[in-house]
Amino acid sequence: MDQLENEIHPKILQALLDSRNDFTLEDALENEMILNMGPQHPATHGVLRLLLRLDGEKIIACVPELGYLHRGYEKMAENMSYYEYIPHTDRLDYISPMANNVAWVLAVEKLAGIEAPKRAQYIRMMIAELARISSHLLAIGALAMDVGALTIFLWTLREREKVLDIWDILCGARFTNSYTRIGGVANDAQPEALSKAKWFIEQFEPNLAEIEQLINSNRIFIERVEGVGVISKEDAINLAFTGPNLRACGVEFDLRRNSPYLYYNEIDFRIPTYTEGDCLARYFLRLDECRESAKIVKQVLEKMPQGEVQANMPKKVIPQKDEVYTKMEELIHDFMIVNFGINPPVGEIYNAIEGSKGELGFYLVSKGEGKPWKCKIRSPSFNNLQALPKLVVGHMISDVVAIIGSIDPIMGEADK
Amino acid sequence: MNHIEFIPRKLKEKFPSVDFEASDYKGELTIKFDKKFIVDVCRFLQSDSELEFKLCPDITAIDWAVRKNRFTVVYNIFSLKNNFRLRLKCDVDESDCSINSVVSVWQSANWQERETFDMYGINFKNHPDLRRMYMPEEFEYHPLRKDFPLMGIPDSMPLPKK
Amino acid sequence: MGLEAYIKDSGFLTTQLNAIIAWARKSSVWPMPMGISCCAIEMMAAGDPKYDIARFGSEVMRFTPRQCDLMIVAGTVTYKMAPVVRKIYDQMPEPKWVIAMGACTSSGGMYRSYSVVQGIDQFLPVDIYLAGCPPRPENLLYALMKIQDKIGKTKASQFHNIPAGDQSISLPELNVIRNN
Repeated sequence: MDQLENEIHPKILQALLDSRNDFTLEDALENEMILNMGPQHPATHGVLRLLLRLDGEKIIACVPELGYLHRGYEKMAENMSYYEYIPHTDRLDYISPMANNVAWVLAVEKLAGIEAPKRAQYIRMMIAELARISSHLLAIGALAMDVGALTIFLWTLREREKVLDIWDILCGARFTNSYTRIGGVANDAQPEALSKAKWFIEQFEPNLAEIEQLINSNRIFIERVEGVGVISKEDAINLAFTGPNLRACGVEFDLRRNSPYLYYNEIDFRIPTYTEGDCLARYFLRLDECRESAKIVKQVLEKMPQGEVQANMPKKVIPQKDEVYTKMEELIHDFMIVNFGINPPVGEIYNAIEGSKGELGFYLVSKGEGKPWKCKIRSPSFNNLQALPKLVVGHMISDVVAIIGSIDPIMGEADK
Repeated sequence: MNHIEFIPRKLKEKFPSVDFEASDYKGELTIKFDKKFIVDVCRFLQSDSELEFKLCPDITAIDWAVRKNRFTVVYNIFSLKNNFRLRLKCDVDESDCSINSVVSVWQSANWQERETFDMYGINFKNHPDLRRMYMPEEFEYHPLRKDFPLMGIPDSMPLPKK
Repeated sequence: MGLEAYIKDSGFLTTQLNAIIAWARKSSVWPMPMGISCCAIEMMAAGDPKYDIARFGSEVMRFTPRQCDLMIVAGTVTYKMAPVVRKIYDQMPEPKWVIAMGACTSSGGMYRSYSVVQGIDQFLPVDIYLAGCPPRPENLLYALMKIQDKIGKTKASQFHNIPAGDQSISLPELNVIRNN
């Protein structure tokens, strides 16, 4: 007993026992055991730590312990300018960095009253959707790997690499991109990048069908996820589920439709929903969303207008580098923005986009300085993880990995 | 129906004794009131059939670093029915650094309040399981307070021996 | 090619025991993927069909430290995580090596904040520091080749009775079989 208390903090142990308060620690453990899962565990998708109280193999209580990747993003945001923070958003949800870039610049643009040109908005839409595809592909692959089908993981990673290649052409980095800028994007999308995106979308549909064929006819996979981790519509809303997890419970809530940002209102797409609310529904929903995103990218590529990719607001938007090196006025603006920031007016805004995991929002408070006074990241993974104890209780220990895989948490943004 | 005017009016009718300060910035409605009424107001907003703020995506706080009313607790709630986002604010003073918990209204408030407690040291009364969310239990400070340095306090967290 | 080139008609091979052990060790490095954050995704990418870490004999990623001899620390190590990393390192059998993958792991990187350890060499012996945020998979493969070089230069006799954590091994200039 003493040894257990050395390993696990007494407060966490207390939380594990909370379900029946009249139990003392010694009583509770007579027929039961406490199992520590993580933070180094292949199926916890990073550094999530779970403490499980077991009766045999059945889970009676579960306490997630976060913070092993707490990097102090919000504190750092208060100490750097709005531009400097763009690379940090890459590493929040590191499976889809492009979507985070878009979310951050949209929030800052709303705060500072900047409107990016239409072509830049279309490019943002394209990269956000490609980011969604790459994220969902990894989620599907990791879920399949966790329940024992390793091949799927290699196949989905193969598709994901193609998306990363597009980003490589677009901005020179394959993974942490920092491609967007306040008031536009870093550089215009090259024709090679656009044609590669077009090629990717064309060959994506049959490849996805192939992946799906491999996995949907796999009885082991289906039986391990069907009916596991069911959550009702009401509970899902009460626990602030968002994104694919919420839509798999039958709530048609998608910020792209509910409060359209960018130019999503000009695009025709469907919001898939399922009503079962189990792991299988969440898996199917991600597949459907991949298809819808591919459809959106296709339309974006067709409709993409020509023109500028950065707003012409010299006091707010960093000019292009070649202009900085040749023109005096641009040099001064560049110097002022880099050193003193863009100084948005006093006020506070909350702006959210539909990230690949759910509602990714930034709450910014400005005091009229170059740095935000307060920056709160509303990360979807954090709130989605909160439902984990509710989902796993009553299941076997081997179902835990399937449930975590289907929720698809990313600890980078859950721990901030 | 214009929610920006409708919601403050409805709140006034329901709670005539509470002083509501409504403000609208860039189309976002913020309502500020005394922290004593937070649970009642939240329960009303959540259960009223015309409003139905069923989703509580976020709870956080702001440290203003001034002597009086140092903290402001911010509730960001969303109504799926009306497709409307509302922000509630309550001032909390450092001398009485506590506010009632709204876990009984929204379950999702559980971790969000724990996070706010961890980062700002605001005590949420009647919270079922108030402990630190991110930092180790032995850690003594609250990192997002403005008087906490970015690089932290040296030796406040131990490292294993090499 | 590989070993076959050294085996003449008779099928005999003369070498030093030290050399053949070092050669065997370096050709089958089993990594312990200590995936913590962003770099872990690039580490996974190094294992995918495009980059294929199997070409270097290291595709056997073991998630239990007891079976590994190379720890790839991939991602930001926070103060809360540091004891865990150290514990896993201590559980690995000797001889063992460490790659600090990425800027955060090597030096704290872009995270100059209260919760991030500014470089894991404060509590771990590190053999290779790998630049990049995150490093591309090619870069990880390069680090792996470097560590193979280092392992290839060791003698088996050096690893007798080393106390845990002591990595002060001098590297002798030994002419070993070059495998490629």
